[in-house]
Amino acid sequence: MTKRDVHGASKEELRDKARMIRREVVRLTDICGSGHYGSAFSIAELLSVLYYGLMHVRPNEPTWADRDRFTMGKGHAAIALYPVLADLGFFPKTDLDSYTRLGSPLGDHPDMRKVKGADFSSGSIGHNLSVSVGMASALKLSGSPGRVVCMMGDGEQTEGQVWEAAIAGSAWGLDNLVGIVDINHAGSDGYTQDTMPTEPLADKWRAFGWDVIELDDGHDLDKTFDALNRALNDKRDKPCCVLADTVAGKGVSFMEGGWQWHLGFLGKKDVERAYAEIEAGHIG
Amino acid sequence: MSNTTYQHSSRRNVDLSESTVTADFDEATWDMPGSLALSGQLTTGQALIELAEEGRDDLVVCSADLMRPTQVIDFAKKYPQRSFNFGIAERNMISGAAGLAACGYLPVVSNYSFFLALMGLENIRDDICYTDLNVRMIGTHSGVAMGFYGTSHHSNEDIGALRTLPNLTLMAPCDGNAIRSAFRETIDHQGPIYFRAGRGREKQVYSEPPEWRIGGSNTLREGRHATVLAVGNLVSAALEAADELAGEGIELTVVDMYSIRPIDREPIRRAAEQNGLVITGEEHNITGGFGSAVAEVIAEEGLGCRLKRVGMPDEYSLLGPPTHLYRHYGLDGPGVAGTVREALKASA
Repeated sequence: MTKRDVHGASKEELRDKARMIRREVVRLTDICGSGHYGSAFSIAELLSVLYYGLMHVRPNEPTWADRDRFTMGKGHAAIALYPVLADLGFFPKTDLDSYTRLGSPLGDHPDMRKVKGADFSSGSIGHNLSVSVGMASALKLSGSPGRVVCMMGDGEQTEGQVWEAAIAGSAWGLDNLVGIVDINHAGSDGYTQDTMPTEPLADKWRAFGWDVIELDDGHDLDKTFDALNRALNDKRDKPCCVLADTVAGKGVSFMEGGWQWHLGFLGKKDVERAYAEIEAGHIG
Repeated sequence: MSNTTYQHSSRRNVDLSESTVTADFDEATWDMPGSLALSGQLTTGQALIELAEEGRDDLVVCSADLMRPTQVIDFAKKYPQRSFNFGIAERNMISGAAGLAACGYLPVVSNYSFFLALMGLENIRDDICYTDLNVRMIGTHSGVAMGFYGTSHHSNEDIGALRTLPNLTLMAPCDGNAIRSAFRETIDHQGPIYFRAGRGREKQVYSEPPEWRIGGSNTLREGRHATVLAVGNLVSAALEAADELAGEGIELTVVDMYSIRPIDREPIRRAAEQNGLVITGEEHNITGGFGSAVAEVIAEEGLGCRLKRVGMPDEYSLLGPPTHLYRHYGLDGPGVAGTVREALKASA
């Protein structure tokens, strides 16, 4: 694979972007009246590092053939992606204000036909690693340097289709494919390992023929950058899976670590508390 | 390595180089490679090779361990880099095809209809139709073509499921020449298309690739007493019925209504005007299928004609040899002729 340069974003810049993501998640959820805070906050640093540090996209040319692709397997965290795409200039920031309102392009789950910069739609957990296998195959077939990153949840690891895709990804030597598992430990019914244990995930992904990078803190910016940079840029002959240990609801103290904020809503007083904590926070 | 003689083959260009059946075997013996020679109407592979040779570099083929039975193996042998065999992982195949399409390729997904359209329905909906991607799907062995393999392998629900999916064009090529036209004439269509095909042993209807357009139909016979609007295997059955009834002075109009969605409304209006009796034919549950689509047009347009639907009853199908099933359910020539006779008697 062609090696792609990393962007020169500073750590403080990446931290600011993650802060912006959290702030916007609170604001957009307030518009909607309900939102996946926990799942969005857990990937704030991962998204910041990907879009501002590593991936190659062109906001003024959203369908650039050689761009890196990002697919959101855990589609319910799209609320964290929209502010990034708007901030990069894929669409006007004012579009965010319509989030989930009648006829808005921006819903709880992403729609590639309505949202510039969203490389694929999602909503049904477990589909997008397969889609990413197809994309990575297409990019190899056409000789493109583009890479494909698929963000999955740890709850998503119970979907059989994920493992169908894992088999194909390694069988076809897709070294331009990176899977990320956001291990935030939370699902709708409780802690993921209580609902249906999937650990040891590292052993499973290795057994399926993938390189595995274990990121023990998906909020530490240095570690996150290092893990994702290795996943995207190290030379290998197989796909790579980053197992990112994260904290559901990271950044707002009363949400952190609980499954209870997988879905929720904050009243006015608590929105202010959340904003204050996000602004004061110094994560990563 | 082998020198096989498949006397019953209607197809001369099947690659038998991998067959283990040599000249010293019984004439009736066949193995997996040889079985392909029995299914001469499944022309997908040849149709795609022709298009690829004409410069369609964007064509890629996807299957789930069914490249041989659905007859895209020839394309796969000729263009191995452009062939994706996902193994028995249908949902991965469908979503993977969507990924290929999202990056500019034109994937043709070739699989058995009951796995593709029924197991894969939600993947087709979310990843191909909702995203409105250029994917061609061909579901083979639809209806009760799998006969004695059992009811799980029958596909009598796929039309009903697929025709509720926005953005999807649903068409039913009834023989090998129709399959050729189906791919060729829609190749530049923007959006997903599902072709509902048989198992390749259908009676040939067209001596050459027929006219083919989205929303079209082919009127094969003109007669004044009743109109049979048919899809798939029921087209040849309707033609046989027309021959049989002609001897009794009953003249049938027979229309191949290959475009199930969008449906061609003209033949339905014409039938209502001309003879007031419409018989629909499909190898599918009569609930929610092609006949139901015709009923919607008749009711919505207030055409006021009589309608009789020939198809599978609303129950799980028996197993048995396909021809026996067609006879049992009245889906063959005599079956359609019988339905026409009864309907005419009732309206007399």
